[in-house]
Amino acid sequence: MESVPGTYLPSIYFPVIVVFVVAAAAPLAPLILGYLVRPRRSYARKLLPYESGNPPVGEPRYRFSVKFFIIAMLFVVFDVEVAFLYPWAVAFDRLGLFGFIEMTLFVYFLVIGYLYAWRKGAFEWR
Amino acid sequence: MIESMVDANGSMWAGVEYLVPELILVGAASLLILLDLLCRKKEVVAFAGIAGCLAALVTGFTLLGSAAPAVVLNGMFVFDGYGSFFKLLFYLTCIMTICMSLRYLRVERVGFGEYYALLLLSTAGMMFMASAGDLIVLFLGLELMTLSSYVLIGIRRDSLRSNEAAIKYFLLGGFSTAFLLYGVALIYGRTGTTQINEVASILALEAEPGDLTVLLPVVFLVVGFGYKIAAAPFHMWAPDVYEGAPTPITAFLSVGPKVAAFAAVGRVFTVGFDTVPELWTRLIMVLAVLSISVGSILALAQTNVKRMLAYSSIAHAGFALLGLIAGGPGGLTSMMVYLAIYGLMNLGAFAVVIALRREGVQGETLSDFEGLAKAHPVTSVLMLIFMFSLVGIPPTAGFVGKFAVFAAVIRAGYTPLAVIGVVFSVVSAFFYLRVVILMYMREPESEEPLSTSLPLNLVLAATVAAIIVLGVYPSPLLDFAQSALTGWEQALPQPVGGPLQENYGLFELLFIYSN
Repeated sequence: MESVPGTYLPSIYFPVIVVFVVAAAAPLAPLILGYLVRPRRSYARKLLPYESGNPPVGEPRYRFSVKFFIIAMLFVVFDVEVAFLYPWAVAFDRLGLFGFIEMTLFVYFLVIGYLYAWRKGAFEWR
Repeated sequence: MIESMVDANGSMWAGVEYLVPELILVGAASLLILLDLLCRKKEVVAFAGIAGCLAALVTGFTLLGSAAPAVVLNGMFVFDGYGSFFKLLFYLTCIMTICMSLRYLRVERVGFGEYYALLLLSTAGMMFMASAGDLIVLFLGLELMTLSSYVLIGIRRDSLRSNEAAIKYFLLGGFSTAFLLYGVALIYGRTGTTQINEVASILALEAEPGDLTVLLPVVFLVVGFGYKIAAAPFHMWAPDVYEGAPTPITAFLSVGPKVAAFAAVGRVFTVGFDTVPELWTRLIMVLAVLSISVGSILALAQTNVKRMLAYSSIAHAGFALLGLIAGGPGGLTSMMVYLAIYGLMNLGAFAVVIALRREGVQGETLSDFEGLAKAHPVTSVLMLIFMFSLVGIPPTAGFVGKFAVFAAVIRAGYTPLAVIGVVFSVVSAFFYLRVVILMYMREPESEEPLSTSLPLNLVLAATVAAIIVLGVYPSPLLDFAQSALTGWEQALPQPVGGPLQENYGLFELLFIYSN
């Protein structure tokens, strides 16, 4: 395999190195620049934890009701389902019957999960 | 990619018929979830689960009888006798676990129909492990198996011990899976493939003796599998998890996932790393000796029967590893025979422990066995047989199993390992026979009836019958295990240096014994 001159790095991996360098530089550069140029004046309100402009309301270690976790899990499951349905839809004509049956099975298992969650009352906000 | 997969028209379907048993089991699990939603009586769900297992068993063996061994789905899935042998064991384990659970779950007031669906899914995962032709499929099967068992262990939601066991198994299971996956990644880095057969052919061509780039993934795989089979020094989780889990699940864990990991280990090491045995046999040897000794010695100090059986299962993992060390079809056969027998006697012993769990009686400590013979003579005789078999006293099947692995390692030239095994079998006799002494030589504390049920009695009867029959007349099992490996050597890529070394003689010895 061809390598980058003067190294053992295969040349097809050179773009990967470039991406790594750019990815490291992109967040670091503004941080360093900001550190160098910003004025340093601190007062009580400025030192408060940043909560999108609202005054902070409590400890950061706040205990959420388990109901939120169930909703979050259900969201992830169906979100992933949609994420899989899109590429299938794009390649539908080429995947043909096999892809259709595969996807039917995939949706079947998600429907089982949906019925399960429904019947067990996961959608009721009690 | 898509083009290449679809072009050979219909070829994506080719080989799906070999997966029918797995598909039946997964389908049955999904139907069980629906049934649980519709049906109040959880026994119905349980019996539907048994029916699903039996359907998979029947199709599996019709397939084994009619179809030749095949590698299908782009090398992902291997259908052969080796896998089918283990699958039979998994079906039996799953069915027996369901039978044992029925009454126990009522006593424990755990009324979840999901329990049975998860058992079936876990079994399906184990089947994929036994048939995996690709390390990624192996990993997926392993995940399906363990993710389901995390939930099963913690299913007694209000029991702190159950929660603790589930968390411990989850954390250590996660770690071990990470090790395994890292090993798979390193193998891919070294050979450019994750298919076990292709790994073997590439290593046969490229690997030098003591190749460190192969040793590293091997070490990671040994660690990952070591956790799953609970071999010392990766056994720390086993006693806590076995103690905390509901007892039927303990029985299931000590047989199902452990044997599944052995099935995977057998295939990965004796096929994938067949040409570099010097890299892994020594590691496995350390694991085997440590497991046998640590398991046998630490079991002496236990007062809880489930913990004692956990350490005993660690020791038995060590004995089964001896078969793997011996290597070749002979060694593998002895490992398969050992695991089958171990599974039967362990399920039986746990069935007795389950019968001791009554309303208000935990029935897990050694003192619960005191005087059992006076109050419940039949159960005591059964426990006596299971204990004798676990020690390896003839004419029980435990003896046949130990004989097989010891004969295999001696044939392979590792006599010291057999000596260590025999010495620690004697040590282990102490804690097994202590249960017998407590049962027969003490006065009973309570005459409370055992929580038996027809399915549980069936499990006890089946296991005890199998242990005695196989102890007296082991050749059917030996023949089955041996025939399961026909064509095993032909499937292996031949190393450049010449044909494989094999270990003959085990069957001659066992043949003499069985006559």
